[in-house]
Amino acid sequence: MEQFLDTFLNPVVLAKYTPAILQGTMVTVILSVLIVLCGIGLGAGLACIRAYRVRLISFVIVIFADVLRALPPLVVILLMFFGLPNVGILLSASVVLFIVLTLVLAAFAEEIVWAGITATPKGQWEAARSTGLTFTQTLFHVVLPQAMRMVIPPLTNRAIAITKMTALGMVIGVPDILGQATTAQSFSANASPLTLAAIAYVVLFLPFVIASRWLESRFASPGA
Amino acid sequence: MTTPAPGTATLEVRALHKSFGALKVLEGIDLSVQRSEMVFVLGPSGSGKSTMLRCCNRLEEPDSGDILIEGDPLTGPGVDLNKMRQRVGMVFQSFNLYPHLSAMGNVTLALRRVQKKSKAEAEDLAIAALAEVGLSDRAGHHPAQLSGGQQQRVAIARALALKPTVMLFDEPTSALDPELVGDVLDVMRTVKDHGMTMLVVSHEMKFARDAADRVIFMADGAIVEQGPPEQIFGAPTHDRTRAFLSRFHG
Ligand SMILES: Nc1ncnc2c1ncn2[C@@H]1O[C@H](COP(=O)(O)OP(=O)(O)O)[C@@H](O)[C@H]1O
Ligand SMILES: [Mg+2]
Repeated sequence: MEQFLDTFLNPVVLAKYTPAILQGTMVTVILSVLIVLCGIGLGAGLACIRAYRVRLISFVIVIFADVLRALPPLVVILLMFFGLPNVGILLSASVVLFIVLTLVLAAFAEEIVWAGITATPKGQWEAARSTGLTFTQTLFHVVLPQAMRMVIPPLTNRAIAITKMTALGMVIGVPDILGQATTAQSFSANASPLTLAAIAYVVLFLPFVIASRWLESRFASPGA
Repeated sequence: MTTPAPGTATLEVRALHKSFGALKVLEGIDLSVQRSEMVFVLGPSGSGKSTMLRCCNRLEEPDSGDILIEGDPLTGPGVDLNKMRQRVGMVFQSFNLYPHLSAMGNVTLALRRVQKKSKAEAEDLAIAALAEVGLSDRAGHHPAQLSGGQQQRVAIARALALKPTVMLFDEPTSALDPELVGDVLDVMRTVKDHGMTMLVVSHEMKFARDAADRVIFMADGAIVEQGPPEQIFGAPTHDRTRAFLSRFHG
């Protein structure tokens, strides 16, 4: 028991590395917020572009979404981080992590929002167009607001899953929660910083998981 | 908007043809509706009534033929479709209210975005339109908080507020519980009494007898016969009309 406590909850180590973990938490929070905003924004934008049903453009969007949903994000992260410098593009680890996870979230968000757009009844388009609204006005004022409401639960779940992947940044040296914790762990030869990291992740993500459960029940049936 | 030359029909349909693939749905419809006239369209299911109405504001694209609103073409090159559509109000069987907007929001959307009215002006017009359908006290309600009959009345207000030249109704009461039908018909009566030109697909025979100026019977994508309601209901000349009406104890 004593050894267990010393390994996972060593008070000296905890005290020493709490500031570093807090710094890491800030990095994780900032990255997560940016990824969620940009990823969902980009994904919804692509879904809207797809709504115009221009064959070639839709095809490109579908390929983008399918490839990024198929690839393990870690592969893309490593590929960009170690590959891009060879063609003269130098990006910091945090920027690489941001770009990759934003694109991955955008790929999923595009598919989710597109499903919402196609699930919006045809009569909504017809009613709006019959009053003289253009296609674009109908999309933005009538269809998209309904589609977004319909897809809030899957979108929230996906956003949580992707932002959790900021932990992958550790592999390329992003000073996020896990990055700070693993560094501290190797310096102190003790697992307590990882305990702190786990606590930080739970504190950060549990409210969103609970919120998504609530959203799930609230928006359970479309149109309810 | 210029006043049309005297004698110009408010809505004129000429030689309208429409097919879906190999299925010929409309085979040469000629129809004109005069100013302030209420014309009823009857006919068996699948005879092309909805398709004809939907062609009249180009929710369906006609294959050939002309549609004119006070003499102005709705089809053909150089037509500003979104501008013309405001002159042709449409009321649907399934209401199609925007569920995320209040009654007020439903009515003001096109006033603001298409007719570019100010917020205050759009709201004044919406309140007037909602008052005309007897729902000024429901302006802040969302569609889910309204009964079917109230929803359809908001939908009528939404079309009415744009001050269309003609209004099209596609089975406006078919989706309603029987006890709510009367309210919607009363509103349609009021709209007619205020001088609106109306083309109505509906099987409310009693209402047709009382309110319609003319009744058209359609079958297989063509107009079989038409005339004043007394004649169509009292002394139909075609067997198909008689067979159809007998099913309604007409
Ligand atoms: N979008 C469509 N695609 C294919 N067939 C259609 C479409 N709309 C209507 N039809 C067909 O056209 C015929 C006439 O339909 P409709 O105009 O709705 O008749 P009504 O309103 O008189 O019942 C029906 O056979 C229907 O199945
Ligand atoms: Mg029909």
